[in-house]
Amino acid sequence: MAEPISNAGHSHKHPRLVPSGDSAIVIELGSEIDPSVNDRVYGLVDLIENAQIAGIVELVPTYRSLLVTYDLLVIRFGEMFDRLSDIASTPMDEVVAAVESRVVELPVVYGGEDGPDLQAVAEHAGLLVQDVIAIHSGVDYRVYMIGFAPGFPYLGGLDERIATPRLKTPRVSVPAGSVGIAESQTGVYPNASPGGWQLIGRTASKLFDVGNDEPSLITPGSRVRFVPVTSHD
Amino acid sequence: MYQLRRMIDTARPNIRVIRAGPLSLVQDRGRVGYQRLGVSVSGAADIDALDIGNLLVGNGPKAASLEVTLGGLVIEFSKPTVFALTGADTNATLDEVPVGVNISYFAHPYSRLELGMASQGLRSYVAIAGGIEVSETLGSRSTHLASAIGGIDGRALADGDVLDLGEPEQDPVSGRLFPIEKENLASDPLSIRVILGPQDDEFTTRGIDTLLGSEYTVSDQSNRQGLRLDGPTIESKTGSYDIVSDAVVNGSIQVPGDGKPIILLADRQTTGGYAKIATVATVDQPKLGQAPPGATIMFKLISVEESQKLLSTHRRRFEEVELVRIVEPISLHVDGARVDLGVAENNGMRLAEVEGVNYPILVEEYTPAD
Repeated sequence: MAEPISNAGHSHKHPRLVPSGDSAIVIELGSEIDPSVNDRVYGLVDLIENAQIAGIVELVPTYRSLLVTYDLLVIRFGEMFDRLSDIASTPMDEVVAAVESRVVELPVVYGGEDGPDLQAVAEHAGLLVQDVIAIHSGVDYRVYMIGFAPGFPYLGGLDERIATPRLKTPRVSVPAGSVGIAESQTGVYPNASPGGWQLIGRTASKLFDVGNDEPSLITPGSRVRFVPVTSHD
Repeated sequence: MYQLRRMIDTARPNIRVIRAGPLSLVQDRGRVGYQRLGVSVSGAADIDALDIGNLLVGNGPKAASLEVTLGGLVIEFSKPTVFALTGADTNATLDEVPVGVNISYFAHPYSRLELGMASQGLRSYVAIAGGIEVSETLGSRSTHLASAIGGIDGRALADGDVLDLGEPEQDPVSGRLFPIEKENLASDPLSIRVILGPQDDEFTTRGIDTLLGSEYTVSDQSNRQGLRLDGPTIESKTGSYDIVSDAVVNGSIQVPGDGKPIILLADRQTTGGYAKIATVATVDQPKLGQAPPGATIMFKLISVEESQKLLSTHRRRFEEVELVRIVEPISLHVDGARVDLGVAENNGMRLAEVEGVNYPILVEEYTPAD
């Protein structure tokens, strides 16, 4: 039987290490979406990278956990589990201190063809269009993680005053760079794709470029700031 | 005609796609290292078949092959080369002469390899000496259709495509054989070993017993992203199956709101928001890539340690490939050249050997000597 699992209930002590199959271990640092937990996830990424453990293949940070994949022909589960447990037990203060937040500025043309749903979002919020723009571009958004599609950021920090339900009928194609709102989330589509978010604007910045060694303009753990502009020039 | 072919013979070796079939893709071992940026790993759905093909034609492990779902591919070789078919058998022919799986053959320039319908499995692999030389995207040639990355402009093969071949790393040898393990042939139901977790604690004991004690059927809503399974619903503790989205792996068994498990395969996204009750052992993941709709699955619980040991033992077989042994050869003289005819010992496929090069051959009647 696989032993470190089969826990009762949901009130785990964190950090908690659990195997995710025979080639990965997930380190859970919390069970909810929480900025301080997310800070710790990225602090842990730095610590594990610095430890240079032979056999680690990839680190995949998410909202409140970190997946570590490894080559089981190089390092076995028991040893990897012990090495990661040691690192994950580093006091929280030290971990957070290592995190550095980069801010990525995205110039956005709000409304018009670029943001066909801006008016609807304003009406839903009972605000003027310019208020929606000011509120949306007035804060820096935390990039909790990237997932779903290449370069797609899960952003946190949308002002609840402009939270808006998804479209009843999703669009067949949303242009690359579109900035949208869905419930209390905001995000930006790196590539053209189908989508049901309310589109309020668009950036001409290339968010994901496979020809680049650093393909994603937005990286997990960084911050995104939307800067209103009047044209894409 | 011969003159014309001579004139264009300075081009690098390639293959021409005469007919692409329902779904043929360039795949290698996958795009590793970019999951944190949302880039799917993709890669061959049956990694064993990919690796065996590369071994048989003398390629390194990073070489790309063609993954052919449901057969139907027809290609033409531009130059003399060595190829091997692995994975699902498709009753393939080279210039209308039957070729077997898990054997490397020599192919003449302008010879045509034609794959029939896939039987005993779903996906076949065509490995060619030097590998398929499309340009790498983020360190891999694998095609990921959903994000249109890799392969040929991120898409499947189409009729008329021409694909360059790379330089072989070593002199390709025909007539190599990889023995087929009887235990790996499709059984019904498929026995798939799993490790519990990472979110098995979201499920009731009864839910876990349901997963481990029931037979599940692969639905026709399955693809390279995942196998959707039909069968008894799995009970969660709270009635909810959602978690705060986190990372998934190949073989993650996630249970969405309808309680029916989905096993994630090569083209999966990097993250998911459904609780994952268990994870398929790496050693059994290639079997999932060969499971067609309608196939049945039974899960069996093992520990991480057992799972790792199984994989180590399994991979040891890949370290050496047996050469074909021609048994009881008959020697003939054809136009002054010696021809040895015989039957390959393990796979029962017939080969003709001329000066060390192995060709498929059609034998109408064959009686081994006493």
